[in-house]
Amino acid sequence: MAKFKNHILVCAGTGCRASQSELIVENLNRAIEDNNLGDEVQVVRTGCFGFCEKGPVVKMMPDNTFYVQVTPADASELVTEHIVKGRKVNRLLYVDPDSHKVISDSKEMGFYKKQIRIALRNCGFINPENVDEYIARDGYAALGKALTEMTPEQVIKEIIDSGLRGRGGGGFPTGLKWDITRKVKADQKYVVCNADEGDPGAFMDRSILEGDPHSVIEAMAINGYCTGASKGLVYIRAEYPLAIERLKIAIKQAREYGLLGENIFGSDFCFDIELRYGAGAFVCGEETSLIHSMEGLRGEPNVKPPFPSESGYKGKPTNVNNVETYANIPVILLNGSKWFSAIGTEKSKGTKVFALAGKVNNVGLIEVPMGTTLREVIFDIGGGIKDGKKFKAVQTGGPSGGCLTEKHLDIPIDYDSLLACGSMMGSGGMIVMDEDDCMVAMAKFYLEFTVEESCGKCTPCRIGNKRLHEILEKITQGKGTKEDLTLLRNLSYVIKDTSLCGLGQTSPNPVLSTMENFADEYEAHVVDGKCPAGQCKALMQYVIDPEACVGCTLCSRVCPVDAISGEKKMAHIINPAICIKCGACMEKCKFNAISIQ
Amino acid sequence: MANIKLPDNKKKELKEVCAKLNNDPGELINALHAAQGLFGYLPAEVQELVAQEMNVSVAHVYGVVTFYSFFSMTPKGEHPISICMGTACYVRGAEKVLDEFKKLLNVKVGETTPDGKFSLSCLRCVGACGLAPVVTVGDKVFGRVAPEDVKTILEEYNN
Repeated sequence: MAKFKNHILVCAGTGCRASQSELIVENLNRAIEDNNLGDEVQVVRTGCFGFCEKGPVVKMMPDNTFYVQVTPADASELVTEHIVKGRKVNRLLYVDPDSHKVISDSKEMGFYKKQIRIALRNCGFINPENVDEYIARDGYAALGKALTEMTPEQVIKEIIDSGLRGRGGGGFPTGLKWDITRKVKADQKYVVCNADEGDPGAFMDRSILEGDPHSVIEAMAINGYCTGASKGLVYIRAEYPLAIERLKIAIKQAREYGLLGENIFGSDFCFDIELRYGAGAFVCGEETSLIHSMEGLRGEPNVKPPFPSESGYKGKPTNVNNVETYANIPVILLNGSKWFSAIGTEKSKGTKVFALAGKVNNVGLIEVPMGTTLREVIFDIGGGIKDGKKFKAVQTGGPSGGCLTEKHLDIPIDYDSLLACGSMMGSGGMIVMDEDDCMVAMAKFYLEFTVEESCGKCTPCRIGNKRLHEILEKITQGKGTKEDLTLLRNLSYVIKDTSLCGLGQTSPNPVLSTMENFADEYEAHVVDGKCPAGQCKALMQYVIDPEACVGCTLCSRVCPVDAISGEKKMAHIINPAICIKCGACMEKCKFNAISIQ
Repeated sequence: MANIKLPDNKKKELKEVCAKLNNDPGELINALHAAQGLFGYLPAEVQELVAQEMNVSVAHVYGVVTFYSFFSMTPKGEHPISICMGTACYVRGAEKVLDEFKKLLNVKVGETTPDGKFSLSCLRCVGACGLAPVVTVGDKVFGRVAPEDVKTILEEYNN
């Protein structure tokens, strides 16, 4: 990279590409040519910077200037002003929403200040389609070190000592898993990367694969060396075309450099990687389902034991780890287990990547040390709630997790404390909700997902979740009773206790956690027939405030079902029996006299 | 189901793909991905051919096709529209956007308009949560879609 004076880094992750970042690259290149700077300035397509809310992101190196919400039309100005004249383009710089100050260096932004990037270390720094850039950042040095200086036992010990736990949600100690697979004797073993990120609203794994695919390949090779596997398989969602493409390129380059294939680094170790595609089934994130899917079967789970480490893909010992887990491995080997275990809490070491989304100002991909509080994540990094609304809940762990509230904001984020308050770490989806979100409807939303994704093999999950969904539907329709609440709770426990795999064992969590933390909201639905958040249509009532109404008759004229009556210049009334709750009247009223109750 | 005559050149291409996968039953899902890429969807005739080439029963293929949401047994519209119903999009109003599409196209989720132009489906998270709510039409991603924008999006494809 040294031969260029300036580098312009452009985010080429899925989010920014959807906002025309590819065209920005084209226009930048054209502008560079027009100014005869082809020898001095290079445009690099990088992985995700994380700050998706403000995308597309363009970063100037070496001075670290961070431009946000860039459009293709801005490209030539960036070149002529920033590069040629050395003046920052102020209108494209980030403005801190609190202090209203312009911040040009990303390290000074609230969004980045509290983050520590380990798994995401290369995302947004390197061109993921160029292996040389990965190598320039110590890429494949960990594999070299493992193969030439360490025994498999020593590598595994280092991973165990680091305290790294599975980042896919389960939290099983990674080193221990490797050790179990290593000890099983077999003629063939497999190493699998679980890239079937099915949790809606989560995009951690996708961003790592798009932004730094070589880190996963390197870690899988290290895993193969430790466990005695010569073959690696990446099981990846077909919905991630860009990640698949980058992974394919990375595997090809690694083979060309002899980093995959026969006798890697001149050792006896041989290892290669193939891709297997998912086809849209959430349950395939469960490791036994995933293995079935790789074998060309329906992705249904098995009873464990036997665990995949004993009998997995094609009946052979198989070590399955998630993308983010792998991304941590090379750095741990290079920096040592002590360095890693110094970060985080007593039982959860290192960092965790979260996909922060929902009603929060700074949607994006973040990586924080374990033990950071939810408050820091949502308010300091996330910039607080959108449109100045009030925080209501945060959902972690996706369809398997739970909704946490105000009172949980100061608990440190780690595997055990999240479990203790009825949610879970999960893979890292974090959805923030505000006062307008109804928790019953939210639970129903997750159940809808579970019902659709249940594979149908075991009865409690297949039928039980459907019944849960029906009861929730009934409650949101205003037809629920207090008995329904008891039934909902009891049935939830039965499903948790009796389901075959992780999907059914956790699917009632959104129901139980919302019932626990928002009991009054459930009560309001079944006892008072009201939806406090005003989201459940059947329970809404449009009311005209007689004090504010001036009798302009506009509302009665726009009402499609003639539910509004009243004399001119007199307060109007809505007949709830006729009203279809379309909201047309409220939209039109110039005096804010109509509200939802 | 009506019998469909599959074009010979595509049949040949599919057979070649299966051969490349060593006709190994373990590669069935990869073969189905390729088949859907070739034919656009997986009607019974295609499933029969895949079964024959991959050395498994038609029932097995059917079981796999119906298990995974990515595989479709009905043809998609010329412009397949997908509304992201991931949680991030949901809390930012995806449902209202979906309602608007249903209303303007007069189809339900999973259906295709009578002229074959648009088909409507839901998907779970394309990972562009920063742009929520997200709608994809073919390969194009539309971000921060409000119900009012739906009409404009459709007009773009109606000419």
